[in-house]
Amino acid sequence: MVGIVIVSHSQKIAEGAVDLASQMAPDAKLVAAGGMEDGGIGTDINKIMAAIESVYSKDGVVILVDLGSAVMSSEMAIEMLPENENIKIIDAPIIESSIFGAVESAIGASMERMLEVFEEVKAYKKF
Amino acid sequence: MATKVEVLDFIRLFADKMTEHRQELTDLDQAIGDGDHGINMSRGMKAVIEKLPTFEEKGTDEILKSVGMTLVSTVGGASGPLYGTAFMKAGMVVKGKDELSEQDIINMFQEAIVGIQSRGKAVKGEKTMLDSIMPALDQIKASIEAGDSIEDAIVKGEQAAWDGVEFTKTIIATKGRASYLGERSIGHQDPGATSMAYLFQAAKEIAKK
Repeated sequence: MVGIVIVSHSQKIAEGAVDLASQMAPDAKLVAAGGMEDGGIGTDINKIMAAIESVYSKDGVVILVDLGSAVMSSEMAIEMLPENENIKIIDAPIIESSIFGAVESAIGASMERMLEVFEEVKAYKKF
Repeated sequence: MATKVEVLDFIRLFADKMTEHRQELTDLDQAIGDGDHGINMSRGMKAVIEKLPTFEEKGTDEILKSVGMTLVSTVGGASGPLYGTAFMKAGMVVKGKDELSEQDIINMFQEAIVGIQSRGKAVKGEKTMLDSIMPALDQIKASIEAGDSIEDAIVKGEQAAWDGVEFTKTIIATKGRASYLGERSIGHQDPGATSMAYLFQAAKEIAKK
């Protein structure tokens, strides 16, 4: 199963996205890596690395990011991990991607299919 | 030429400057960003100073790498990966050297710039730290070529860094949080360029000792 890591500057946003998506897909491998070690606003490479490792498998991991340093910190976390194949940072809305991604990964979607889903999410119209 | 002791003094002095100018950097960032640059940089450099005793006996390359790693894991904002990469890249070009030649110092800044550019996917003129580090290095190179000592070159390099900071007031931010402001970012000085100019100020003060 493709793992999902949610990286937000806010611990609450990351955890909230996990809560929301888990309601739809309780079996998904979904983990939050939001905020700093002390809970403050920011992104923390060590937290992101630990989160990736906790859901890592050869099926791959997708990282959903909010903005700015979430992208850079995720890139560095990937570079610093000894096992880092098939880990992708996704450029799509974080909450919508958490929900659609969790549903899709829980039914066993491949990395390829997951990437298509995030493209769809990017174009998704709410009304 | 610079010695390992000078590199350590420079790191300590840069940390002092980040504490001293924390509010100023935060105020600059509040105007056009998320208002955490001063807090983040002072937290990161404070962590570096706390960890310094665990790696100050190592070589210059290892010291710079450890500074970078510490910044990456403690800063929290975009300046963590950016400054962290800069220090790590600078360390990589002085592997095994405890005395740094003029060329080594130029190479360190050059690699730091390459690191910042690739990490931030940015170029000069986008209202970022590159707008102070790049003119500063250009000036240092030009001064050395004109026959100046490295000390004089760094003094002039610092001036070029501050000129770069002034220049950031005139341009639109296209990178980072400030880019959301578009034209409203004009008139404001970039906080990242400013903290970078303080880095050169620290280097100058060590060079002039």
